[in-house]
Amino acid sequence: MTASQIFFILFASATLVAAYLVVTVRNLIHAALWLVASLLGIASIFVMLDASFMATVEVVLYIGAIAILIVFAVMLTRRVMEDVGPQRINTWWFGAILATLFFVSASALIWLTKWPTLPEGDVGNTVLILGKSLVDPSKYVVPFEIASVLLIVALIGSIAVALPSKQPE
Amino acid sequence: MPEVRLGDLLVSLYDLFGWGLSEIGLNPSAVSILQKLVAAFILTNFCLLTPLLTIWLERKVSARFQDRLGPNRVGPFGLFQGFADIVKLITKEDITPAGADKTVFNIGPVIAVASVVGIWAVIPFTSTMVGTDINVGILYSVAVGAIGTLAIMMGGWASNNKYALLGSFRTVAQLVSYEVPMIIALLIPTLLAGSMSMNTIVQEQQVWFVVAAPIAALLFLISSIAEVGRAPFDLLEAESEIVAGFHVEYTGMKFGVWMLAEFLHAFTICALTAVVFLGGWRGPWVDQYPLLGVVYFLIKTYFVSMIMLWIRVTVPRVRIDQMNDLNWKFLVPLSLVALVVTALVDKSIPVDFSIGSRSLILFLANMLIVVATLFVLRRVSRKEQAAQSELQAEVNSV
Repeated sequence: MTASQIFFILFASATLVAAYLVVTVRNLIHAALWLVASLLGIASIFVMLDASFMATVEVVLYIGAIAILIVFAVMLTRRVMEDVGPQRINTWWFGAILATLFFVSASALIWLTKWPTLPEGDVGNTVLILGKSLVDPSKYVVPFEIASVLLIVALIGSIAVALPSKQPE
Repeated sequence: MPEVRLGDLLVSLYDLFGWGLSEIGLNPSAVSILQKLVAAFILTNFCLLTPLLTIWLERKVSARFQDRLGPNRVGPFGLFQGFADIVKLITKEDITPAGADKTVFNIGPVIAVASVVGIWAVIPFTSTMVGTDINVGILYSVAVGAIGTLAIMMGGWASNNKYALLGSFRTVAQLVSYEVPMIIALLIPTLLAGSMSMNTIVQEQQVWFVVAAPIAALLFLISSIAEVGRAPFDLLEAESEIVAGFHVEYTGMKFGVWMLAEFLHAFTICALTAVVFLGGWRGPWVDQYPLLGVVYFLIKTYFVSMIMLWIRVTVPRVRIDQMNDLNWKFLVPLSLVALVVTALVDKSIPVDFSIGSRSLILFLANMLIVVATLFVLRRVSRKEQAAQSELQAEVNSV
């Protein structure tokens, strides 16, 4: 076993344990913090893949913005500290079947896809390649622009939702 | 045995250390891990000890600004005041409030310090002396800094104190909103250098970026002062409203660690400004003697920290609504305009122009933005004044 395999197992298992704790701990804030931990684990796996841009974006977006928003939302809701109700609902078996199906199909897909392998050695400045392919008409400019427009629509929509209504109540 | 170059002494020592380890018979990967561990240990301790000096400097200089003497009892010029404070903090009783979430309460300050120390991993001291020169250095510094916000949230919530929670809400609202102009301002030097790697950004600054992008430099300075929560943006601490903010329940050295994180963060922001806008380690004779870069870098960093202090002691603190207005109605639009203008102007300058004239054109474009901004501001403030006096007239007539 090489060093990178050991590190991968370490980070991957830490991610999985944290992800398991997200759904099982009763304290909502702790769940949000475990979510942050599991996202950090994913970021470290990106680091191991030499995808430094993805790793930092993972931290900036998911920990810096989304996780903090989640923590905010959780803190502002009532009865946050402890949930005493049962953790299972009656239809848990249905969810279990769905989850197993999804897991099996996803792993089958991963298994059967012929993944392109990177050429040996240094591939160059990955950030540069990523940036150029995002604005290259022959590559990903259309999906990139669609995503941008979608995000702007979401932004404007959230402002519209948050605006106080003009009519007196 | 590697050759020892006096001009690049620290890097030579690093190589020498690695050579010594491999002579003992360690395999290469173990040697490199040990080398990096020792270097990281030294760098971290440098970071953790720097606030001792900056806190003393801050107290001394702000005392002078306010016509006082400042610390002058412990050691020459009161230099050892910081050590006395540490002893005081350590010997104080360590209280964990009842009902606090103990684990989260305790790891909050640790994460706060760790997030700041992490930034130093990408800051280049000289062209050769840099923790790690990743190609996303700037983004990394923003990302790691963002974890600090989470630490404040954790500390405020785990204290089981309403003032602490309110304080951390305030803090996070401020930090999250001021991150927007800060990141946009950092995009401008990235655009000019064509890279996010810190060392490349320094290398590209034959003319400092503060000349080519003065607006971005100013925006970065303002938003990063808000980001570290110092005066005039020290709304996180308001004795009359929320007591001491998120760290109200922390005592002894745990409180000391929060202070350490805050002061180190301020110093780190100064270092980032020096690297991104003031040419980092660049200076005369730095090509022959790379070690000189450390001196230039530290001089620039302390220069920026003096500017920060100057702002801190002279500008009155803002209210929370003024803080939000300044950010969303002024800094964010201005930074977006500056980014677009810089991108367009930089692209339209012919390639064969020298770096000096290129910077001059960008500087003039920036000055145009400043003039336009002043006009817009004047119109807005006149409109507001008119509305105000109209309202006043109405009140008078009633």
